[in-house]
Parts: sequence; structure tokens; C-alpha cells
Amino acid sequence: MCDTCGCNVTPGNRHLVAPGGKFSRVDKGKTAVDVLQNLLSENDHQAAHNRSHFDQHGVLAINLMSSPGAGKTSLLEKTIDALKNRYRIAVIEGDLETENDAQRIRDKGVPAIQITTGNACHLDAHMVHDALHQLDLKTIDILFIENVGNLVCPASFDLGQHRNLTLLSVTEGDDKPAKYPVMFRAADLVLLTKTDLLAVLDDFNPDQATQYVRQLASEAPVLRVNSRQAAQLNPWLDWLEQEVEIHRQCLARGESHRPAIQPDGARLHQHPLAHP
Amino acid sequence: MHELSVCQSMLAQVDAIAMQHQASRVTGITLQIGPLSGIEPGLLQQAFTLARAGGVADEATLLIESLPIRVKCQRCNQESEATPNRLVCGHCGDYHTHLISGDEMLLASVELDVDSQTRQAADEQTFSSGVKYV
Repeated sequence: MCDTCGCNVTPGNRHLVAPGGKFSRVDKGKTAVDVLQNLLSENDHQAAHNRSHFDQHGVLAINLMSSPGAGKTSLLEKTIDALKNRYRIAVIEGDLETENDAQRIRDKGVPAIQITTGNACHLDAHMVHDALHQLDLKTIDILFIENVGNLVCPASFDLGQHRNLTLLSVTEGDDKPAKYPVMFRAADLVLLTKTDLLAVLDDFNPDQATQYVRQLASEAPVLRVNSRQAAQLNPWLDWLEQEVEIHRQCLARGESHRPAIQPDGARLHQHPLAHP
Repeated sequence: MHELSVCQSMLAQVDAIAMQHQASRVTGITLQIGPLSGIEPGLLQQAFTLARAGGVADEATLLIESLPIRVKCQRCNQESEATPNRLVCGHCGDYHTHLISGDEMLLASVELDVDSQTRQAADEQTFSSGVKYV
């Protein structure tokens, strides 16, 4: 068959060379290939691998995201205090520099791996995978992955986690969900932290913050916590225990579960365009 | 500034596609980006001029198609346009909506420079092995 008269085009491959098809020619000597892959498919592939590691060992992985200073590490310290006799907990800490946060967690008697990202503004699935080599997943029930403090980039990278938790401290302003919609839309749970300060901050309205989350078409619970008072962590601890149970039930049925909102790549498999 | 890492990931995929088709170079790349993907098209264009240097896509043009944000309401079942921080139904105002477009970050297509002989060989190989580029 030649390449000039079109005799190599058959009913079986005609759709591929038709306009818009995989092999439609744009110019002489050029070929257009339709791909429709997520731009982060390399990361997504690694994330799926991480998730299957977690599932194999019955580990519930939770990704914590917030701006710097919203209280992620403090929340983890108090959570470990409250639950370390019931669950085997481990933490992966992401920061640009220092081992400080991992040390705070280790002081609580649980394993912590620090990932220092240098200048990278987020964790990705490969960094988490490298950290997993230093953890014995068989000995872990809950793995917290504390992402780099940043309300922008971490939302775009799947790490293999089962749930996304986004913290919003009351000192930051109640309109943060409207300002950072990609981040807050990704949350399975929003925690309003440092609520003890509400007494002196008259410009943060928790109901308004919740309303902004709802406007992102999110049904994620918005809970109020204060890490300085053990009793005020209960709504969060209840949610966490419920998630551990949901995870166990899913695994017992041979299923995995994922954050409610997926980056585009995961959804693509059901996308009609994916298999023209 | 995660646009650079997104760009590098995209170019790794483009490299693989070019190699699969035995293309001598990549002349064009088309992406589809929605506002809720977390990617800023302008920054991605800038990152691209840095990231493509020295690779098979060294002289490629990058076309970024912006997709609109659209939601479908679970209550009234209607579709409407929405904005990044207001994804409620444009008809009844309910927040129980599904996003049907607007969070895409897709490598849509790649234009390759392939001489006709190698193209035909690659095509035949593709057809016989049934490989799909999805």
C-alpha cells in the first residue's frame, strides 16, 4: 500500500485518519496524535501505586493541607495524644526546610519521616513513595501526610491518600474558601482551627466560612476545633474514627476509596472522549 | 510555581509519544485546561519555553484551550455556567451540583514530524498490537 493515493485507508482504520482522528495528517510529513491524558499522569500513576500499598496493609492515609501556620502539626500532636493507645499512627511531614515538625511528632512517640522539598511548593506522589520506604506499613493504622503549607499547589497533586483534610485557622479570614476554590473544593473535611481566638476576633464568621465552602458545591463537613483544649477536638476525632471504620469496611469488600473530588485524570477513565 | 513541574510531566509524556511514533520532532502540543485545575495557562506558557529547551519539542508551539466551568444540578437537573468560587446551580441556586467541565488538565493532542516510511511502519505496528494512546 502506498502513502499517496489513500489506498492504505481501510474501513478499519478510517476513523483514525478522519479529521480529528488519531492519525489525521495536519501537513505533509506531520501526524497529529490525540492523547487525552492527564498532564500529571506520571504522578497519578505513582499515586495509584501508593494507594494500593496503603490498601494492602490496611493503612488509612490522610493528606493535611492548609496555609503555613494554620495548626497542622499542633493538631497532629494532640490527635496522637488522644488516639495513640487505640491506633498505630505515623506521619510524613512536608516542609521546604528543617526537621522541626518531624521531631515534634517523634517526641510524641510515633514514627515521623520528614520530606524537605527544597523550594518545591507541594508534595508529590514520588516524594511520598520514597518516604514510604522508610516506614513499615504493616505496623500502621493511620498515616497522616502533612503537606507543605500552601493553599494553592498541594491541591493539584494526588499522593495516593484516601481523604483530604483542609485546615482554615480563624486568623486567616472566613473568605479563604472563596479565594482558594481549588484547594477547598478538594477537601473531604474542613477544620476551622484556633477557634479559641474567635472570642477576640469579631471579623471571622464560621457560618460564613461554611457558606463559602457550600458555594463550591461541597458537602464536606466544616468542623470547629481548638487544639489547645482536648475536649474541643472531639468532632475531629469522631470524624477520624468514622473514616477508619469506613476504610475497614471498604477493604473488607475488596474496594478502595478516594477523596470525593478527583483531579481530572481519575475521572477521565469514564470520560466518553477517552475511548473514541 | 508548580506549572514548571506540570510542564515537565507533560513533556515526558510527549517524549514517550514521539518515541512511540519514531517522530523526529514535535511541532505542536495542544492542552485543555479548566480554571479549576489549579493551573494558570499564562504561567504554563512561560514554563514551557524553559522546559522544552533541548528536547524533542524544542521548537513546538503550545496551544492551550481554555474550557468553561459548567455544572449540572442534582435537584433541577439543569446545566449552567459557573465561576470558580461559585459552583451553585445557575437556575435554582442549589449547591448540590456536579462539575461537568472546568477542572481539566489534559494533554489533548500532539503534532509530530514523521517521515512517511516510519509513520506507516508505526501505524501498522499500532494497528496490529491494538495499542491505544489513551
